[in-house]
Formats: sequence, C-alpha cells, structure tokens
Amino acid sequence: MIAIIDYGVGNLFSLKSSFAAIGAEVIVTSNADEIRAADRIILPGVGAFGDAAEKLKSSGLGEVLCEEAEKGKPIMGICLGMQLLFDEGLEYGRHEGLGLIKGSVKPIADVIGEGLKIPHIGWNALRFKKNSPLFKYIKEGDHVYFVHSFYAADCDEAVIADSHYGAYLTAAVQNGNVYGCQFHPEKSGDVGLSILRAFSEI
Amino acid sequence: MITKRIIPCLDVRDGRVVKGVNFEGLADVSSPVSLAKFYSSCGADELVFYDITASSDGRRLFTDILCETAKSVFIPLTVGGGINTVADFDRVLKCGADKVSVNSGAIKNPDLIKEAAKLYGDQCVVLSVDIKRVDGVFRVFAKGGRENTGMEAIEWIKRCVGNGAGEVVVNSIDTDGVKKGFDIPMLSAVCEAVSVPVIASGGAGCINDFITLFQTLPQVDAGLAASIFHFGEVKIADLKAEMSKNGIITRL
Repeated sequence: MIAIIDYGVGNLFSLKSSFAAIGAEVIVTSNADEIRAADRIILPGVGAFGDAAEKLKSSGLGEVLCEEAEKGKPIMGICLGMQLLFDEGLEYGRHEGLGLIKGSVKPIADVIGEGLKIPHIGWNALRFKKNSPLFKYIKEGDHVYFVHSFYAADCDEAVIADSHYGAYLTAAVQNGNVYGCQFHPEKSGDVGLSILRAFSEI
Repeated sequence: MITKRIIPCLDVRDGRVVKGVNFEGLADVSSPVSLAKFYSSCGADELVFYDITASSDGRRLFTDILCETAKSVFIPLTVGGGINTVADFDRVLKCGADKVSVNSGAIKNPDLIKEAAKLYGDQCVVLSVDIKRVDGVFRVFAKGGRENTGMEAIEWIKRCVGNGAGEVVVNSIDTDGVKKGFDIPMLSAVCEAVSVPVIASGGAGCINDFITLFQTLPQVDAGLAASIFHFGEVKIADLKAEMSKNGIITRL
C-alpha cells in the first residue's frame, strides 16, 4: 500500500489515478496511523514552500514522515514535495524543510540567465547523474513535465538526474530510501508512469 | 532544453467531441476519452478540452468526462469554455484539469484572473484571446469571435498577464480556418509584449505551417490546432518527426 499524504496542498486526483493506472494500491490520507501502516509514502505538493512546510509541521505529518524515513521506508517527494525534503527553502524568506536531504531550495532566476521564461514549464529531457532504482524502466534523454520556479541547490551528492534550462537544474534526487522528483511523473505520460512503477517496486 | 509543445484541442458538446473523423484503430472518434488517449499515445504534449455546452446538464456531463479522461490520460490537461467564476476553476481542477483557460469570463470580470491566480498559482491560469484586425488594429473579440469588445488586444494581454495569467493562447480570427499558416505578425506582437509562454492558435493547415511558426518565432512555445488533427490531415507523430528533422527541439 502506497500512502499519498494529504495535508491540504494541491490536487491529488491525477497522482492517485496514475498509481491506480499502474495497478498499485494507493490511499490518499492525512491519518498518521495509515501513513505508518503503508509500505511506501508519497509527499506531494503544489504552491509556496513556507506555507506547505508550516502545514506539515502543524499537522504533525512532517514528523511522522521523518520517523518513517528513519526506519528505511521508501519515500518520494514530488514537485514542492521534493523541495520540502531539503534542509531549507529560500522562497519569500527562509523556511525550514524536513532535512531529509542536504541542500537548499533557491529561485531558478539566480542561475538560468536572461531571456528565459519563469516558471520553467513544459517537457524537458533528463540527464542521468547517478544510477537509481527509480530509473529502472526509463532511459537518459526521456522527457518529463516540469512546472517550477525554484530548484534544489547545493545538493550534488543527492542529484540522480538533472535537466537543462539555461543551466542544469536538479530534476531528481535520492538519499538512501528518500527519493524526489522536481517534475510531475503523474503528468509525464508513459515515462512518468514508469518512474512511479519503479518506485512502487523498490 | 525545453521542447516545443503540440496541443490538440477537443471541442466537447453534450459529452461528445465535435468535429471528428475516423482514425485507424479508434472505434469511437467522438468519445473524448478515447480521442484523448489516442492523441496522448501519438505524442501530443498536452490536451485542451473546450466545453461548448450551453445547458447545465451538458456541463455536468463535461465534468464527468473530464474525470474519466484524467483517470487514464497522464499528460497536462487544460480546460476552457464556460469559466466565469472561481467556482468554475474549482469544479474542473477537482476533476483532474491542470490548467484552466479563461476568455469571455475574464472580459466580463477582469478580476477573475487575479482571484484565480492567487488561489491556484499563475501556472494554472491560461488567458485565451480571440483577436481580429479592425482597421489595422488588433482588437479583442468576445462570444466565440462574434462580438468586437473594442479593446486593443496587446494592452488587454499585458493587463491579464500583469494580473497573473501564466500563459497566453493567441487565436487569430483572421487566419482561423483559412489553413494558410499561423498569424506570424500577430504572434510576434504578443511575444514582444509579454514574457509568459505564448501558444499559437488559428491557421495551421499542414506540417510546414508549424515548422514556419517555430523557425520564424522561436519565442512561441506551442502550437494548438483542432480540425487538422481530428481530420487526420496532420498526424502528430509525423509532425514531430518533421520538427525534429528541422532542428526544432521536440519530445519524440
């Protein structure tokens, strides 16, 4: 059973449907016991870092997630959910993240140079940096769908794939059993479903 | 690098796709769900569902179909048509839409874009504009292109982007249906005015029209069309192969 954490950030319809489409058992929940009982956890998220980090903290679900990560359970953050796994987010001030992966979340405007549109929105190709079980069914150069204005920085050790948009931006990360995708696998066609399938088999 | 997007647009009335012909291997071309799946498997980068239903029954049917589609198609979905309030945004986003396109709704209530962008983020709000030249000036038309609002189009687009529209679909009434190519001068004027993604619509008749579009105006992010895809005049796989051959970065 895969638990998708529902903490009031973003719409989980497509994420739930995409797991259903690959035949994985999935539950959307804000219940700590259900999250603990699941064998894998997804941390989704759309919106602002500070707001979402606060919701994770006040609901106590951030703590549950960290405890489960500590136990070695496979966890994957998606989009803002990935960003929240890091130490801190520098979006409208400094906000503390979950600290499961070392690094900071910074504006892409700092690195992409002049003349490129923000957010980075659309399909972009993956460049692999390290082997990861997440990539079991996909190949380098496959395209995935991004929508973001911030990116994970100072995290070279954890980066397993990046994508070029003015600069190489972190696309996927892994620190042991903790995974993250900046892009939306649930909106990335067959490639995205293949990533979710790989995660569900880890 | 980010790829240029190809976007088929499906007009849906009373739960069925309007304008469609037979594709090989596709039993029901007027089923939005089947057609969406078909386009997704052919390499469409995104889909637009346009609700042209007038009745409330039809509207309910539309949201049911949207839900059904989002359960089996995993590429970005934009929904337009009949979006007049924030409640309309909520209704379609809950059914799996990723972006919501506003046209007449924004003309009637200029605060709609601001309110929606605040709630759902700029990336979720798409401004769709029907533009026609009147005495050499780009004018915004409402009611499906039937009514001249008198507003100058570039100013209107700038204002909407300032309010939070994260993308602009430029539909040229002058080239729409003519099939002689996209309206390059109009699109160029829009690209110069705003820094959000611009989607070209109206005028595509063949593969070469897309090549010309992206080569002449590299600032344009996507090309949208309906009938040439529905009637099989342009096959998406062929189009993308040809784009790639011409050095236009695309997702194959």
